[in-house]
Amino acid sequence: MTHLTLSARSRQGSGRLADTLFRGSSRIAAGVVVALLLFIALLLYLNSRLTWETFGLSFITGQTWDPVKGIYGALPFIFGTVLAALIAVILAAPVGIFTAIYLSELAPRRLATPLTFTIELLAAIPSVVIGLWGVFVLAPFLRGTVESWIVSTVGWIPFLGGPAYGVGLFSAGVILTIMILPTIVTISREVIQAVPGSQREAMFALGATRWEVIRRAVVPFARSGIIGAVILGLGRALGETMAVTMVIGNRDAIPKGLFDQTQTIASKIATSFSEAQVGIETSSLIALGLVLLVMTVIMNVIARLLVWRVAGPVAGE
Amino acid sequence: MTAGAAPVVGATRLTGTRAASRRTWVDRIMRSVAALAAMLCVIPLAAVLIYVTINGLAALDLDLLTKPTRALGIGGGAAGAILGSIQMVALATLIAIPFGVLAGVYVNEFSSSRSARGIRFAADVLVGVPSILVGVFVFTFLVLPFKQYNAFAGSVALAVIMVPVIMRTTEEILKLVPGALREASLALGIPTWRTVLSVVVRTGLPGILTGIMLAVARAAGETAPLLFTALGSRLVNVGDFTKPMDALPLFIYVNARQPVELQNEQAWGAAFLLLLFVLVVNVLVRARTAGRRAQ
Repeated sequence: MTHLTLSARSRQGSGRLADTLFRGSSRIAAGVVVALLLFIALLLYLNSRLTWETFGLSFITGQTWDPVKGIYGALPFIFGTVLAALIAVILAAPVGIFTAIYLSELAPRRLATPLTFTIELLAAIPSVVIGLWGVFVLAPFLRGTVESWIVSTVGWIPFLGGPAYGVGLFSAGVILTIMILPTIVTISREVIQAVPGSQREAMFALGATRWEVIRRAVVPFARSGIIGAVILGLGRALGETMAVTMVIGNRDAIPKGLFDQTQTIASKIATSFSEAQVGIETSSLIALGLVLLVMTVIMNVIARLLVWRVAGPVAGE
Repeated sequence: MTAGAAPVVGATRLTGTRAASRRTWVDRIMRSVAALAAMLCVIPLAAVLIYVTINGLAALDLDLLTKPTRALGIGGGAAGAILGSIQMVALATLIAIPFGVLAGVYVNEFSSSRSARGIRFAADVLVGVPSILVGVFVFTFLVLPFKQYNAFAGSVALAVIMVPVIMRTTEEILKLVPGALREASLALGIPTWRTVLSVVVRTGLPGILTGIMLAVARAAGETAPLLFTALGSRLVNVGDFTKPMDALPLFIYVNARQPVELQNEQAWGAAFLLLLFVLVVNVLVRARTAGRRAQ
């Protein structure tokens, strides 16, 4: 609204050339932000063309990655990426949503403010620091507790058998859980706070308890935004690199069990890119990157649309 | 769930009956579950802080701060990494500020609401692009053609990550600048560009700086975009942006993966430094904004 009046009045004002220049340069800056996304996609595609021309779509379904024989297939890494992210979402979504509910509906303000602050700080910890903690503290801890317990009690169930290395798919999933929790909590919280108070008051007036109000009036209203927050977390989990690289074990194979050492797309690129031969090997790694880009952009677009529908354009993480 | 079966209408009539007591129990249990979940979220932060502080302080000494990295980690320190991080983040900030701030200005002051939505959306999606892909992207046009890993490419990659963050905070802040200020300035015959710069941006400056500081903290902690751009280096590189350069996150990553205990200790020491910087910036900035909101 204000910008409309601005542009109408500027025509009468002085300094029209300076105005045009200023407006033009700010438009260019905004254009760069939009163009960056397209440039990233375009350059990744152009630099991976060799791979797409050689293997076509069988690159995506191929199970071997063998630079010696010159065979490149992305499937093991796609599996690793999706499985690690799914573990993270399954663990983080319930905890994150309950936390968001607690922070916005239940906690007294003097508790909610520092808690929100703390959880936002968790998002600020550099990935490599979490990875360092993950590889020296969390992975050994998980191997000694959760992993060995699952293997010894329900290890006969397929996919849950040992050996438990500590470093592997499960640890990567847990690390990702920690890293996407702040995303899910902060966005869900904003969405829940956007629910009109009249929704709650109407339920309370009918004699409902706190929880009934949350479950029947608040959550249904915010549902699509909460789903958006979870998908946003999923998108972050798919692309998270350093911490995952440090705890997933870096083995180029489809994981056969929950505790297997494997590799995500991001961790494969991180560990192999700088030593790769320029040519079909770098091209294939960049092709992996393009697959990851498509996955994360789709997740982000869906998530943002869902969140915007409820809360309007809230600032991201 | 069980709460769904409970009758909602006529709750007062039910007070004291079985159904009512079950409803209050469900209410109590679910509220405790929610509180428990919130506590659960805090545990990882506490654990990371405690471990990094204990292990980091044990490894922290003057050598780590002042000595260059040595091969095989016997002695030596992270001086090259510290200097590298400062230089690369500084250059990245210089690149990112004009783009980020101007784009924010454009979205809030000049664009139609439809294109503003589009640009915001693009920025939000850009924030969601994995940072390692930003590294690969910059590699293809600033490393590959020159066949030389270089610190400039590292700075550009960090800038790409900073721009959408700065743009979004700038724009959010400018939204809060009252329209009357703009109108007063324009009514005095001041041209639009001066109005925007000296009145609107000036008013929002503390907020914009906040956004820039958050972006700096984020860039300082990024590893993935530097892996194939600045690469990292054992040498102390001051000022030569055409050559590889080390950075604190790279130093942590490399030393954490070595099977040598001394190097692992150095990784903890460097992690302590990095975490200290990132958290101090975040706490200061967020405490200030929270204070302003409360006023």
